[in-house]
Amino acid sequence: MKDEITRDERVDNLKGMGCSRKRVEDARFTQGKGNYVDDIKLDGMLFGDFVRSPYAHARITSINTEEALKVPGVLAVLTAADLEPLGLHWMPTLAGDKQMVLADGKVLFQGQEVAFVVAEDRYAAADGIELVEVEYEELPVIVDPFEALQSDVVLREDLVAEDGSVPDGAHGARKHPNHIFTWEAGDKDPTDQVIAEADVVATESMYYHRTHPCPLETCGCVASMDKVNGKLTLWGTFQAPHAIRTVVSLISGIEEHNIRVISPDIGGGFGNKVGAYPGYVCSVVASIVTGKPVKWIEDRMDNLMTTAFARDYHMTGKIAATKEGKITGLHCQVVADHGGFDACADPTKFPAGFMNICTGSYDIPTAYLEVDGVYTNKAPGGVSYRCSFRVTEAVYFIERMIEVLAIELNMDAAELRRMNFIKKEQFPYKAALGWEYDSGDYHTAWDKALETVDYAGLRAEQAQRVEDFKAGKTRSLMGIGLSFFTEIVGAGPVKNCDILGLGMFDSCEIRIHPTGSAIARLGTISQGQGHATTFAQILATEIGLPADSITIEEGDTDTAPYGLGTYGSRSTPVAGAATAMAGRKIRAKAQMIAAYLLEVHDNDVEFDVDRFVVKGAPERFKTMKEVAFAAYNQAIPGLEPGLEAVSYYDPPNMTYPFGAYVCVMDIDVDTGVPDIRRFYALDDCGTRINPMIIEGQVHGGLTEALAVSLGQEIAYDDMGNVKTGTLMDFFLPTAWEVPNYETDHTVTPSPHHPIGAKGVGESPHVGGVPCFSNAVQDAFRPFGNRHTNMPHDHWRIWKTANELGLHE
Amino acid sequence: MPKKMHITLTVNGKEEEFLAEPRELLIYTLRERLNITGPHIGCETSHCGACTVTIGGKSVKSCTMFVAQADGADITTIEGIGGPDNLHPLQEAFKEHHGLQCGYCTPGMITRATKLLEEIPNPTEEEIRFGMAGNLCRCTGYQNIVKSIQAAAAEMSAAKEAAE
Repeated sequence: MKDEITRDERVDNLKGMGCSRKRVEDARFTQGKGNYVDDIKLDGMLFGDFVRSPYAHARITSINTEEALKVPGVLAVLTAADLEPLGLHWMPTLAGDKQMVLADGKVLFQGQEVAFVVAEDRYAAADGIELVEVEYEELPVIVDPFEALQSDVVLREDLVAEDGSVPDGAHGARKHPNHIFTWEAGDKDPTDQVIAEADVVATESMYYHRTHPCPLETCGCVASMDKVNGKLTLWGTFQAPHAIRTVVSLISGIEEHNIRVISPDIGGGFGNKVGAYPGYVCSVVASIVTGKPVKWIEDRMDNLMTTAFARDYHMTGKIAATKEGKITGLHCQVVADHGGFDACADPTKFPAGFMNICTGSYDIPTAYLEVDGVYTNKAPGGVSYRCSFRVTEAVYFIERMIEVLAIELNMDAAELRRMNFIKKEQFPYKAALGWEYDSGDYHTAWDKALETVDYAGLRAEQAQRVEDFKAGKTRSLMGIGLSFFTEIVGAGPVKNCDILGLGMFDSCEIRIHPTGSAIARLGTISQGQGHATTFAQILATEIGLPADSITIEEGDTDTAPYGLGTYGSRSTPVAGAATAMAGRKIRAKAQMIAAYLLEVHDNDVEFDVDRFVVKGAPERFKTMKEVAFAAYNQAIPGLEPGLEAVSYYDPPNMTYPFGAYVCVMDIDVDTGVPDIRRFYALDDCGTRINPMIIEGQVHGGLTEALAVSLGQEIAYDDMGNVKTGTLMDFFLPTAWEVPNYETDHTVTPSPHHPIGAKGVGESPHVGGVPCFSNAVQDAFRPFGNRHTNMPHDHWRIWKTANELGLHE
Repeated sequence: MPKKMHITLTVNGKEEEFLAEPRELLIYTLRERLNITGPHIGCETSHCGACTVTIGGKSVKSCTMFVAQADGADITTIEGIGGPDNLHPLQEAFKEHHGLQCGYCTPGMITRATKLLEEIPNPTEEEIRFGMAGNLCRCTGYQNIVKSIQAAAAEMSAAKEAAE
């Protein structure tokens, strides 16, 4: 048989890895035909909504639901007293703590769930909420973790023994009733010694403020208990549907095979939708109680005030170096504000996530990290907002410490970084705080970035600007923000990564249909990342069927293989690997079928793009499409019919994407308004599956970084009132504030990943936050600025200028 | 309970008639009563624009308009802009230029963009960024949304010229 098309054309026809395949998701989204949880409608469906606490810390003396139950359309009002007989008034958190589902005698943060009103529609539920009478007795409020560790006010009486002693928590000894854990990494004494003996030590304290992922779609679910068949179906905004199924089973006692969890289309997650929330539990209970499906959807205020804050880390660093600038040691101490319950979403053995990546991209021989988790009267959460676990905090910390050290040494910060980067030949590199970085080529990336932006030229321009400013010729300063980051993503190896005891592997199951198309199901779930597009590309390259002939399905626990979901940039590193491995199993069987059809030995055929070819006789081949059909219509000795495979992939290591970012910013000293003139982002995520989608991820992650660094925060007053509960106060950038970004890349494949990919969704956020912040701070460096805390909103920038005397 | 009002609307060319409480917000009328789920709810405070529809030639955030205020109105949602057999150039362009990710803001974004291009057929980047600033997107960073709208504008202008 003669080929009618060239090999290159055959490759192009697959739309496999490396091409900017257009997204298959977009047809439905652009036509308003997405299927998000709030779009789900079931016969007789009810709506549940919460009575929430107006106080941040109070005892509840009574709850009266009588009047609420008289409201037409209100069917039930659940309180902790109703849940207690079921053992559901508290629930376990992902961090080994427990959390009230409905207020059990007291409330610990403003907005806490007190009662659940179940009604025929949202309006009736709202009417019911108005009439639930709750009497509160206010208690002293603590919103400062340092104060919490000194205070006599006990926030969690349930965690103090009767004799007043403080029992151990899930992560070991606790020092105070309001203390959750101390977590250490590295070597304390040697680090202290290095710091004591160093030529130069830079010390800085910084607060990485509390913020929130705030996806455009809030959290929600629909619970439907089918009492006839004993089956519970739960649709919801779940970033980890399988884990949710297991958790629901464990806390409800319903056997796991009787629970079906479905994540439909999800309107952005960014970490907000990893946790298990009281709304899910109450909806399930309400459905059991009423015998009808129950929907619960947060409003924006509920979302910002109660589910899934991020960050809130008070970090103090000491960085030691020789007078030439070689870093010799790093000490990092963190006080972590976890709010009223420890509901952080981290792998079990890592109560401060991967904060121990805080030595960054640098060859730092000695380091020590200590994190203290503390209870306060704020909402629980502690999710990884567009980052792997606490990696934004870690990278912000080290990238600020580098800048402060550069000031201390009177050195250029770009040069200081270059001098201390881990060298290419040092990989795999074992860092002082324990991680083994799989691969990297930092110098190449850094030099490419600095050259592209003409770094020397920018510095010269900046120096001229400072002169002009001093001479009264301009009121605008120029900041050059630098950051070089190393992410740690793809959690993770089952040996050290689990959530609630569930190993953090992931999975893919493939079925090839007789006519040469396929369906693949994964344990992850897209929230906008385009999995249906990119995973099909991986498979197209692996099995030689066109991506357009491969359906990708996720999010239904009845059909998809078990997996731990999508967050922490783990989909490509873990489920992507499972996809490639399952594809290779398909290929191995297909090769035997092809050999049979070609009447040669298995080893005499080889895979080439979309076919198996007899070695040395390229005109003799069977396409994958032909093999697929043969799998279903030939009786092949020694082979079962059919062509299917499943792979559960336990990654041997994390992946370590990295990147070099430069931001050029002009700042109006008199208004505090920053103008981002240029932003250059070089990302190395290893093998690139779909460049278009990678760029889109980078644009989005940078914009969320811009938000966090330049204005977005969850702020509280002293009474524990949330000051930023609506989009009026909580900063989400519009098209007007956001610049155009320049994207670039290098490619350093992961040596242990089957296709060399590392994940990219979160890199731009992790690297972007310090880059924007460093740009602001750099503008003021010539005038004596050392460090100011984010978010750098106009007022804070103006204040910095004012404090430096620039308004005189 | 307040007295229900008699409401008539035209939505995507179809006449609708029903009784509604005066406090019913238009977004719930569309989504719950009429099963038109393209427009989404993101904030309920007019900030995010996920609920954007067109009423009488203007972009309106349907989460903060009572259906009573819309009585008699002619409303267009994303469902009325284009479907599988007659995609609007903006729908094509958003797909072609990766102008969306999670898709939650997209119906409102495209609905708003149709009005923007009616108001300014060949907008500059600045005009697009200003004209779209009432619609928030958390995923894309807007760069590809701007590109998509530019591409659709060029396409629509070319088609118009060809027709003249």
